[in-house]
Amino acid sequence: MNNTISNKQMPPVAKKAKPASLDRKKARAGWWFVLPFVIGLILIYLPILINSIWYSFNLISMPKGQFTLTWCGFKNYSDALFSDPQFLQILTASIKQLLFDVPAIVIFALFMAVILNQKMLGRGVFRAIFFIPVIISTGLIESIDSSSLQSYMTEGVDTGNSQQSSAAEIVNSMDIAQLFGSMAVGTDLVNYVVGIVNNIFNIVNRSGVQMLIFLAGLQSISPSIYESCTMEGASGWETFWKITFPMITPMILVNAVYTIIDSFTAESNTVMSYISNVYSTQKNGQTISSAMSWVYFLVVIVMIGIIALILSRFVFYQRRD
Amino acid sequence: MNSVLKKFNKNGTSRKEMKKDFEGKLSFRKRLMMKIFSMEFLKTLIVKLFMYVFLIGISYIIIYPFITKISASFMSTSDFADVTVKLIPKYPTLDTYKFVVIENDYFEALFNTTLLSLSTALLQTLVTAIIGYGLAKFKFRGKSIIFGLVILSMVIPHKTLQLSMFTFFRYFDIFGIFELITGNTIKLIDTVFPLLLLSVFGLAFKNGLYIFIFRQFYKGVPDELEEAAYVDGSGIFKTYFRIILPTALPMMTTVFMFAFSWQWTDKYYNNLFFISGDAPHFLPAIVKVPDSLSSIASSSSPLQEAAVLNTCGLLVILPLFIIFLFAQKALVQGIERSGIVG
Repeated sequence: MNNTISNKQMPPVAKKAKPASLDRKKARAGWWFVLPFVIGLILIYLPILINSIWYSFNLISMPKGQFTLTWCGFKNYSDALFSDPQFLQILTASIKQLLFDVPAIVIFALFMAVILNQKMLGRGVFRAIFFIPVIISTGLIESIDSSSLQSYMTEGVDTGNSQQSSAAEIVNSMDIAQLFGSMAVGTDLVNYVVGIVNNIFNIVNRSGVQMLIFLAGLQSISPSIYESCTMEGASGWETFWKITFPMITPMILVNAVYTIIDSFTAESNTVMSYISNVYSTQKNGQTISSAMSWVYFLVVIVMIGIIALILSRFVFYQRRD
Repeated sequence: MNSVLKKFNKNGTSRKEMKKDFEGKLSFRKRLMMKIFSMEFLKTLIVKLFMYVFLIGISYIIIYPFITKISASFMSTSDFADVTVKLIPKYPTLDTYKFVVIENDYFEALFNTTLLSLSTALLQTLVTAIIGYGLAKFKFRGKSIIFGLVILSMVIPHKTLQLSMFTFFRYFDIFGIFELITGNTIKLIDTVFPLLLLSVFGLAFKNGLYIFIFRQFYKGVPDELEEAAYVDGSGIFKTYFRIILPTALPMMTTVFMFAFSWQWTDKYYNNLFFISGDAPHFLPAIVKVPDSLSSIASSSSPLQEAAVLNTCGLLVILPLFIIFLFAQKALVQGIERSGIVG
């Protein structure tokens, strides 16, 4: 909005003094600003990227620090896809899990952001608590296993009782299944909801950044729209579906893509841990793992493309001018 | 004019009197009952109640692992042997902390990590802020290509590039120039230079996201701000560093906090770039069972081993948590002002 106005105003003034000099100067300055990234791209990133693709077509051997590559065509790829008994299985299972997680995380993050955006007592405390996962959910802390500790702590004193479920299962899935079963909504939906509830710890911990992005998006919706809405007599429910939801759809797209990227680079991702396992244990594992990561990356890119394409049809962009 | 005023006054007083009349006819108790049993009040009450229960429940889920970790960290060996001890230790001890701090070189690791996290986070914040500005406010040929490459660097995880990243920094060279001069490539593994280099060029962990955040932020800064400075004869760079960068301070705090804490708890780059024993010692290295506890931990139960490892984890995030506690307000404000809108 500001861009168009200023561009319309600026050129005549600039042209009178020196023809198009400010624009050219600004264009050059633009290059100066992005220069660090461009240098890094040429010197570091592209060589690494190209090397990685190159390795995936080679066999590597490292006797005494000297490493040699031998060209082997698509052998690594065929090894990864057809000879490895587990890789394809893990890949499909992980993608299924991803398709299951993305809506759950996005919906949960939106829900929490809407709640935390309201004025209420102790909002700052809750926001601080919800920010903790963002900071600690990368790498190190996640990799220290604490599940045995937690299950030990939550087990009741009466350990002889076999009905006692572990800490990971917060709600007995049978209870929910019964509750929803009597509503006759279909077993798939019941399984989905039960899965979310049992997985809530995981979902809460992975939706921190998404929540912040949604919060920022909600803050940027002009309050005057809500004001006029209440003037017209719209209820909170209507306001959410007619105003908040359409305005937040660009953020839903961003968050869906971010969730996919985030969960396929996460420590807990089964494919990633399998690949790093292959990297360190198998013979020729280093190059095969390269091939595997590229296969995985391509699959994820295709998935991001499809999801972005589907979602972008429903995204509402506010035209401000 | 006068009559209107009079009328207004008259109306005002009469309305006030009416109100008094109305209120006077109902007792306080009746009015209270009316308020409590109105649908509106009940609705808000139920919604609020539900909201708080929900929020407290979710907060509990987030905090709960820490409660177990903290309580386990104070437990002694006899507590682990005792079946009746669950969340509150019977014989609390500080031994676990003592051994981890002394034998795992906690303070050396803390110092090194602080230095590394500070320098990389500062570099990353500044560099991504500059790149984001270039992508937000200037029109030049190839801009969309560069922005696409930023997104690409965000999408391709560094784990995919594990091997080639290692070999690149193991046999570091720029177009074969060093090998031509000295006859050898440079070994940057086991030094902090790989991480610093990645930070300087805005290629480190999740830097694509930071660039994206900054770009969205600068897009919301009105152009008039810069134009006023240009008219006053300030150059483009001077304008940026004197006027625009200070406005981005809340956003920079947020990004700095992200970069700092993600470097602090990083394990992947530590394992990749610091492989030999002579390499500097960072916080991930302290997560191990100290020697004087190892005999106890392995013999008694895997539970105590988990407890010791989790105590190490607590020690890792404790300084981070203290910093975060102080920065929390600035952090949330920064996020709110960012206006990351797609």
